[in-house]
Amino acid sequence: MTIRTITRLAAGTALVALSVGVAHAQEESVEVLHWWTAGGEAAAVGVLKENLEGEGITWSDMPVAGGSGQAAMTALRARVTSGDPPTAVQMLGYDIKDWAELGVVANLNELAEEEGWDEVIPAAIQEFSKYDDQWIAAPVNVHSTNWLWINKAAFDEYGGEEPQDMDELYTMLDAFEEQGIIPLAHGGQPWQDGTLWEAVVLSVGGMDFYKQAIIDLDEEALSGDTMREVFDHMTKLSGYFDENFTGRDFNLTTAMVIEGEAGAQEMGDWAKAEFLNADQVPGEDFVCMRFPGTQGDVLFNSDQFVMFEVGEDKRDAQLKMASAVMDPAFQVAFNTVKGSVPARTDIEDTEFDDCGKKGMQELAEAAENGTLAGSLAHGHAQPSAVKEAVFDVVTQHLNGQISTDEALEQLPQAIASAQ
Amino acid sequence: MSTATASVSPGSARAARFVIYGLLLLFAFIYLLPFFVMLVTSLKPLAEIRSGNMLALPQSPSLDAWAKAWGTACIGVDCSGIKGYFWNSIRMVVPAVAISTILGALNGYVLTKWRFPGHKLVFGMMLFACFIPFQAVLIPMARVLGIIGLANTTSGLILVHVVYGLGFTTLFFRNYYEAFPDELIKAAQIDGAGFFRIFWRILLPSSGPIIVVTVIYQFTNIWNDFLFGVSFASGGGAPMTVALNNLVSSSTGVKEYNVDMAAAMFAALPTLIVYVVAGRYFVRGLMAGAVKG
Amino acid sequence: MTLTVDAVEPVRRKAGVLDRVRDILPKIVLAPSFALILFFVYGFILWTLYLSFTNSRILPIYEIVGFDAYINLWSQPNWYMALKNLAIFGTLYIGLCIAIGLLLAILLDQKIRGEGVLRPIFLYPMALSFVVTGTAWKWFLNPGLGLERTMQQWGFENFQFDWLTSTDMAIYCVVIAGVWQASGFVMAMFLAGLRGIDGEIIKAAQIDGASSFSIYRRIVIPLLRPAFLSAVIVLAHMAIKSYDLVIALTGGGPGNATELPSTFMYSYTFTRSQMAVGSASAIMMLMGITAIIVPYLYSELREPAR
Repeated sequence: MTIRTITRLAAGTALVALSVGVAHAQEESVEVLHWWTAGGEAAAVGVLKENLEGEGITWSDMPVAGGSGQAAMTALRARVTSGDPPTAVQMLGYDIKDWAELGVVANLNELAEEEGWDEVIPAAIQEFSKYDDQWIAAPVNVHSTNWLWINKAAFDEYGGEEPQDMDELYTMLDAFEEQGIIPLAHGGQPWQDGTLWEAVVLSVGGMDFYKQAIIDLDEEALSGDTMREVFDHMTKLSGYFDENFTGRDFNLTTAMVIEGEAGAQEMGDWAKAEFLNADQVPGEDFVCMRFPGTQGDVLFNSDQFVMFEVGEDKRDAQLKMASAVMDPAFQVAFNTVKGSVPARTDIEDTEFDDCGKKGMQELAEAAENGTLAGSLAHGHAQPSAVKEAVFDVVTQHLNGQISTDEALEQLPQAIASAQ
Repeated sequence: MSTATASVSPGSARAARFVIYGLLLLFAFIYLLPFFVMLVTSLKPLAEIRSGNMLALPQSPSLDAWAKAWGTACIGVDCSGIKGYFWNSIRMVVPAVAISTILGALNGYVLTKWRFPGHKLVFGMMLFACFIPFQAVLIPMARVLGIIGLANTTSGLILVHVVYGLGFTTLFFRNYYEAFPDELIKAAQIDGAGFFRIFWRILLPSSGPIIVVTVIYQFTNIWNDFLFGVSFASGGGAPMTVALNNLVSSSTGVKEYNVDMAAAMFAALPTLIVYVVAGRYFVRGLMAGAVKG
Repeated sequence: MTLTVDAVEPVRRKAGVLDRVRDILPKIVLAPSFALILFFVYGFILWTLYLSFTNSRILPIYEIVGFDAYINLWSQPNWYMALKNLAIFGTLYIGLCIAIGLLLAILLDQKIRGEGVLRPIFLYPMALSFVVTGTAWKWFLNPGLGLERTMQQWGFENFQFDWLTSTDMAIYCVVIAGVWQASGFVMAMFLAGLRGIDGEIIKAAQIDGASSFSIYRRIVIPLLRPAFLSAVIVLAHMAIKSYDLVIALTGGGPGNATELPSTFMYSYTFTRSQMAVGSASAIMMLMGITAIIVPYLYSELREPAR
């Protein structure tokens, strides 16, 4: 290589570097790590992308699908460890706290003050969006997990009332069985097993018991008679599953209810997005109700965009994104698609369908009456180590690997070893 | 080695041939089943998949699902199919295979023809490196990539694949060159040929079979890797396998099996082509050294 | 072989500087690779070992607390399940791959017409990752969608194949898919071994009137010993590292029925935020691998070079 070529190359490189630099100054961008890849979810997050692009901010998408964000969290660890975190990351509950503790998240206080976030976000959610009095995340929505979704045609044929407790639920499921459909659709993945389990805990023991057993991890509550009843119900409920439930994704399970193959499914309100995506109308094609025995109680989880500490050059776009997430119009647009309700309390429910209206009203009431608690299965009641330890026991029990006696014995042990 | 049995009667020989071919065809059928299912499913419309038999041939084969998987399927919020990720993988695989193969060849050459005290220990340590579980290196690797400024870049991913492929490539070449006659090297040295000249003129020209084995092995492993890809290159620069995983999980209420399978076929094509085209050299290459006990 | 560079001593007495360069050059060529391996493999192993003595959870913490993580590891039912499954999976996987691989190699070695077509058919599964074939396999093994339904549609009403959803049998599904993937590769290794055997030995045995079967049993298979050893080593390390396979087929379920050490390690390190326990399990896996590989390496490298 002659000197001349080297000079030429160097000049070329400088030119490229220069043009890249210019492009950077003009074009702001955010890099967003999330696991909303299912149809309804992707559509919802697409709304945010469009809004930001309207402001001239490029959205660099970093989807990592699978297992309610497990692969995504691995990717995040790698990115943070390498010192190059994404701008914003979709995250849940205790995960947020864990990351905040490591001091790698951004401070949004200025923006929050300017826009008055403190007044419009309920305290239960702020618990996770703030760390040490510092806003670190922009909450997008509030999901709630103790819902039952019923196929309307099957429900009409059954002709009964909405079941109010476990016994009435069994009556309905028996009727579905007679209709020749799968009574209860369930996807056998640990987080889905856990979602069903926590609804049964709440139904059988009530909110006080839920808090005692799951929030306070009271050993007696975890191995006592009430918990025995819970596990017995789990065994009984599993008798209403079809034989192919293992490993099935939640949306495929919901599809079974949509198509009338199955009668009902216990699932969080993100299942509604699947119904809506299939052009179904609440009240006409499907019924949404609280899981029998949990009326008035709400187990919530809130998706938040956690903002990570990024370089000054990306800071502006990051704040714009946080602001865009908190924009009331966006919260309406997003949540009507996603199935959840807005994180802001100052939003009218006019745009929402019947299920959404119901959800917003019940959330507000539960917050007032103290019957609102974080969902264990979705990381809002315990750190992930404890959550996974509970899943271990629940999943093994539901699959018949261990008996109820063993489950009661192992549950407190598993939790203790995870703490 | 073949046992064409002359001593047996023609009748029982024919029966034996029959059994042999029967068995081989039966195994071939079983081995092909998953691929067959993928292929026919990708050519069927959804309705036919739902109602029909998994193994049935498509009634009216169509490439719609293939077109969708390549160009318009949604991965996250981006609906431009897997084509971009396909090229990401190519950009990653080609340099990674080339570099690790060249280094492996040189290492094998040094370890057999230019031995120094302790060469066995060095080789043993390089070989043991093949066996480290990759999950264990993710976090420190991420930190190192961050420090040297290669985090979330294709170059970083290439580095990772080169490092963890070195043990295998060195093993292949070392075993191959072990059997290469030293007299030729010696003669060349007497003629005054240097280190690289000997490698270039004498060893390399006869390394065809082992290069094929190494390239096949590295190409398939790197192309198929998911763990490193998802950890060190997610987002726009993600390799094919990561995008495929996202696509397969990007199901709406209606799971589009045909599109999933078509995307999987795209992900499988390059390695399949490599195996089918170079497969005959594979056994030859293994014979030539890699399999030496 | 015995002729190394040292044997050409006399020629190297020409120029001092050139001589030294020539002496050092091979080491310079090898050095970068060796340095990379030292750092990225052995450095990281030490790092993992260090972490296993800390209380690291979501990200590394560098404060030593002792053997807590190991105690925790050996009190996890999941870990015992993982070890038990590895024993079942490893034994069957290695055994079946070798049996089928050997059978196919012997069959293919009978001067078969169409060998060029058949060989890639047996080899191709190795080319595909389970990220690619996982969907098809899951589908195939699922009783409601796959083989069971297909057979029932064909009129075998009572045909049952529900291993994937059974906690006792799911691990055997993992074995089936694993054998499907790797046995062709083993076949290639044996085929290479068979082709390397001197035909004269066989002819001599035939003249002595030995039957085909006894020729294989007495002469051919013992001659394949190196290929057997290579196959066992390759398969053993693939069995210990098997990860994609389980994730694609069962995700470790139903329950924890198909947990393996590799999936255990991944989930404790990354999704359960118990990095120290994950590191401890990684060290256990490495010790297991060492126990298999090092004696092999030792015997292999000690022998006079051929």
